This record gives sequence, C-alpha cells and structure tokens, in this order.
Amino acid sequence: MEKVFEYTRGMLDVKLTYCPGCTHGIAHRLIMETLDERGLLGDAIGVAPIGCSITSHRYLNVDMCESAHGRAPAIASGIKRVHPNAAVFTYQGDGDLASIGTAEIVHAAHRGEKFCTFFINNAIYGMTGGQMAPTTLVGQKTTTTREGRSEAACGKPLRISEMLATISGAVYVERVSLDSPANVRKAKKAVHKAFEVQEKKLGFAFVEMLSTCPTNWGLSPVASLEWLRSNMMQYYPLGVFRNPEEVM
Amino acid sequence: MKEKVLMKGNEAFGETAIRCGCRFYFGYPITPQNELTEYMSANLKKAGGEFIQAESELAAVNMAYGAACSGGRVLISSSSPGIALMQEGLSFMCSVQVPLVVINVSRGGPGVGSIQPGQADYYQATRGGGNGDYHLIVYAPSSIQEASDTIVKAYDVAEKYRNPVMVLADGMLGQMMEPVSLPEMKEALAEEDIPKVKPWALVGHKDQRPHNVIKSLYLQTEQLEETINGYWGKYETAKKELPEYEAYNLDGAEVVMVAYGSTSRIVLEAIDLLAESGIKAGLIRPITLWPFPYNAFDKIGSSTKAVVSVELSKGQMLDDILIGSNGRWPAAVVSRTGGVLIYPQEVADRVKELLEGGKLNGKSV
Ligand SMILES: Cc1ncc(C[n+]2csc(CCOP(=O)(O)OP(=O)(O)O)c2C)c(N)n1
Repeated sequence: MEKVFEYTRGMLDVKLTYCPGCTHGIAHRLIMETLDERGLLGDAIGVAPIGCSITSHRYLNVDMCESAHGRAPAIASGIKRVHPNAAVFTYQGDGDLASIGTAEIVHAAHRGEKFCTFFINNAIYGMTGGQMAPTTLVGQKTTTTREGRSEAACGKPLRISEMLATISGAVYVERVSLDSPANVRKAKKAVHKAFEVQEKKLGFAFVEMLSTCPTNWGLSPVASLEWLRSNMMQYYPLGVFRNPEEVM
Repeated sequence: MKEKVLMKGNEAFGETAIRCGCRFYFGYPITPQNELTEYMSANLKKAGGEFIQAESELAAVNMAYGAACSGGRVLISSSSPGIALMQEGLSFMCSVQVPLVVINVSRGGPGVGSIQPGQADYYQATRGGGNGDYHLIVYAPSSIQEASDTIVKAYDVAEKYRNPVMVLADGMLGQMMEPVSLPEMKEALAEEDIPKVKPWALVGHKDQRPHNVIKSLYLQTEQLEETINGYWGKYETAKKELPEYEAYNLDGAEVVMVAYGSTSRIVLEAIDLLAESGIKAGLIRPITLWPFPYNAFDKIGSSTKAVVSVELSKGQMLDDILIGSNGRWPAAVVSRTGGVLIYPQEVADRVKELLEGGKLNGKSV
C-alpha cells in the first residue's frame, strides 16, 4: 500500500505532556514538518521560552536551549551570529513575548534579525495557572481578572502582529489560527514562508498562531476552538501584515 | 620583552579579547566602560567578528548566552547597574554551564550611584547577584597590564570550567592609560570546528547525533539537586586550583592591609608613608576574589597586631578577611565609597589612628 502520511522525523517519539485540546502540539508538528520538508532539521537551532512550551525540546528533534522569561529573541540573535546559515527560531507564548519580553522581540525586529519567531497567542498565561496576559480579551475572566479584564484598569489587548508590522526589519508578519484543518494548512504555509524568508536572509519573520488553552479557559477542547473563532478571531484578524516581494 | 603600547584600559581590554579569539561582543552604553563597547564596534568586524549594540544589558547577556551556548567565544562588559541587570543571564549561564568572560568596570552604587570608580560591587561579584546555587569566578587586576594578562587567563578558565568568569576592573583601570604589552593574536575557533572542541554546543545535529539540549528547568527537585551537585565539584576544584594573591612586606609587619584592584596601588604608597613614621605595614592583594585566597592569611607572622581592609566600599571584602583571619587578629576597615577615591596619606593616617586608638574588630573608621 502507498504511504500517504508519515509522522515527521522532526518530532521525537515522546508522549506530549500538554493538556488535552491544547494547540501547542499542532504548532510543534507544523514547525517540525516544515523543517523536515525543507531539509533543515539537521541545521536547525530552536529556543524554548518560559511557559508551558519550555519543555518543547523534549519533543522537537533539533538542537535547542531554554531561555529566561522573554529573552528568546536576544538568545536567537546571539546564536545567529555564530551560525549565520542555521535555521534559527524562537517559540514563545504571549506572556513570554508580549509582556516580559516586549523589548527583546521589538528590537530583534528592529535590527531585522534573520531568524523566525513563532508566537503562540492563547490569550492567557498557561503555565502559571491562568493569569491575565497582555493579549487577554476585554471581559475575559482570568485568575487575576476575576470579573473579566477591564479596559479601564488594564487597557485593551496588544495586537502584536500589527505592532511589529510597523517595524521595517520585520519583513514577514502573518497571523494564522490553529482552530480548524483548513486554518492549520494555512498556518503550515506561513511557517514555510517564514523559513524561506530566513533562508534568503531577508529579515525578521514572525508568525502569530491563535491557540487554545482549554484548561485555563475552563472550556472543553471543542468549545475552546469555538471560543477562539467567535472571540479571538474577531479581535485578532487573520492575515498577512508584511510580506517581502521575494516570497510570494 | 614584547613591545609596549600606551593604551586606555577599556581599549586594552577589548583588544586583548580580540587577540584571545573572542569574536562576539554584545554591549549597552554605560560610563565608565563606554570606550570598550566603542572599541569593539570599531574593531571586531575587522577581525571577522560580530558586534551588537543591544537594547539593554538584559538583552546583551542573553545574546551572550545564545552565542556562547552555540560555541562562540564571547565578551560582554558593563558597569555596576548594568551588571545588576545581567544577573539573570549570569545565573542562567552558570546553571547550564556555558563559558563567558564578563568585564565589570565598576562605579559607585547602589542604584544609579555615581560614575566614578567604586568597589561596592564586591558582594554582587562574589556572593552572586542572581538566584540559586552558583559562583562566578572573579579576578581583580590592579594594572592595565595585569588586566590584559587576566583576560587571556579568563578565557582559558571559563572554558575549562564551563562557567562565566568576571574580570572586576574598577573605573580607574578602565579610564586610565598605561603601557601594556598585548598578547599575540590567536586564531578564532572556526564555525566548523566548534563540535570538536565543544561537543555540547548547539550547532544543528546534522542528522548525525541525538539533538543537543541546553536546559535549566528541572521540575523534579531531586534532578535539580543532582545537577547542582554534579557541577558543584568544579567549584570545589576551583577553590583548590584558582586562588591567587600577592603578598608584600609581610615579614615583621605590625599591620597588614588587604586591598584589591587599583586600591592596592594606593595602599603600596601608604605603606611607604607609614614606614616614614616608623610603622611597618604589609599588603595582601587578592587577585582572585572568588575563590578568595584565604590561605594568604597563613603567611602573616606573629609581629602583626591587626589586619585592615582598605576598600572603596563599606566593608564588603571585610567579610572575607574575617573568614581568612579566623579570629587570629583584630580586623577593621578603612573605606571611602560612592565613587570617592582614597589618598595614600588618608590610608596611612587612618591606619595609624586604628593602631593607636585600638578601634579594631570589624569597626569602620
Ligand atoms: C522571571 C520570571 N518571571 C515569572 C516566571 C513565571 N512564569 C512561568 S511561565 C509564565 C507565563 C507563561 O505564559 P505564556 O507565555 O502565555 O505561555 P503559556 O504557558 O501560556 O504557553 C510565567 C509568568 C518565570 N519563570 N520567570
């Protein structure tokens, strides 16, 4: 029989310990499949964040290091100086990237660093038990906004892709969603583009992935996907914010 | 004898690092170490290296971690408040055992403090400003020549021990000019040779080995304890192998002063002044601050009545002197701080006052 699908060599044969319905697993697989398809697994170096995916190096079959909270883009900048031809990427949550690590991500984009960042926006701090993130929606209940996020007290959520798209060094910026098979396929294309931008040394490539956190949202996996579609996608529109001519 | 050149300390530090094969520097402007960052920006590229003016010291130390964990020879530098921001990365790099050389051209503190030379970073350097069980290896040179020689040694020690090494050079050493003979230019490690020399480094597994992982998180407490115990052995070795000091005039000394860095040069002059008034004084100059050369105190003879720490801080090194002297002599501190320098005459006067007034045992005058 013809083999039509194979689990990527990019994922190690280790059981994922993420919660049921969490989309970190999908994001991991997309990045690893892409590296595999581009023949880059052996030349890839990844930086894991602080957050649930700090353990991503258990699953991803590429050289990896952990980072202090939010500092992954600075670390990747250092790695890329030593290995200018490696496929370097950071994988970061929205507490890590959009809160404590805003300086590092903005300045990596500002310098036009030639690595990729995959930004997992699940509108909450997962690992520490469901506190408000800068991406938490107005009205969304978290353990630090029990009545729902108040705009008056906390402001409106940060739209990171739109913000980074104003920086000229961020040559490729796209927001995708991991909620449905069709959107997952689109997300995979975005990951390919991000690595193509890096291979061509065009500048900083950024892919935001709208993701779920059923445990801390207090919803079932299926209801979480529905919540993502009807709430997050309204505030965080999918689409390409910057795209270099060289990769269309 | 190699040819000497007249150089500003900060520039000599940078040139030495380049000659040691350092090809990666990350820095953020802060006085009194700006000339070092500027020197690297102008000269590292020419040597085939990479320079980034980071957005903060926090970013600089993390860039250094990235470059070092993927096999590069790295230098970072800053001054006291910037070093405070780097503590996160220094603790992290100790925990994952990645080598680094960091130069602290220290100034007066705490807080923003002053921009004049200070030694109040003694605790920050030797007691660990970051979290967890770790040590930085700390050298305190007292001249630009010694600083240059120390940087050469620091790279070897950092890589042998796979641990960050701090060169604590106060603002005086950074800013002054002295003749220095620099080391020969050493070839940098080529990217393709990294795996041979540093098999742990992240270079991409090339489908030829299991992936390398550099990790600091251990959710199983026993595993973390085992990891710490695993690398603690090297600190025990360091305590045996690394302590260095210089002793001067200890034979028959009535009082022994302990001073490091540029302050030790002031003390040498104070010793001459004391001799003029009939007081024989000696000096112990710790060269390593961690591990501290406690063994130096065994060289002190029976003629000595007191041990005095002379430092540009409020008696921070005094703690190590009390450990080293272990109750054998009364100890005190002569200090100026906040970036104020001390003159040889003031040291001599205050030591005399101490000996006459018996104001000893940890008391500051
Ligand atoms: C310096 C520092 N501050 C705080 C923490 C605690 N902490 C661990 S994970 C985390 C939040 C991570 O949330 P996010 O980036 O959204 O990732 P997720 O867990 O949702 O995937 C925080 C605050 C830490 N480890 N280090």
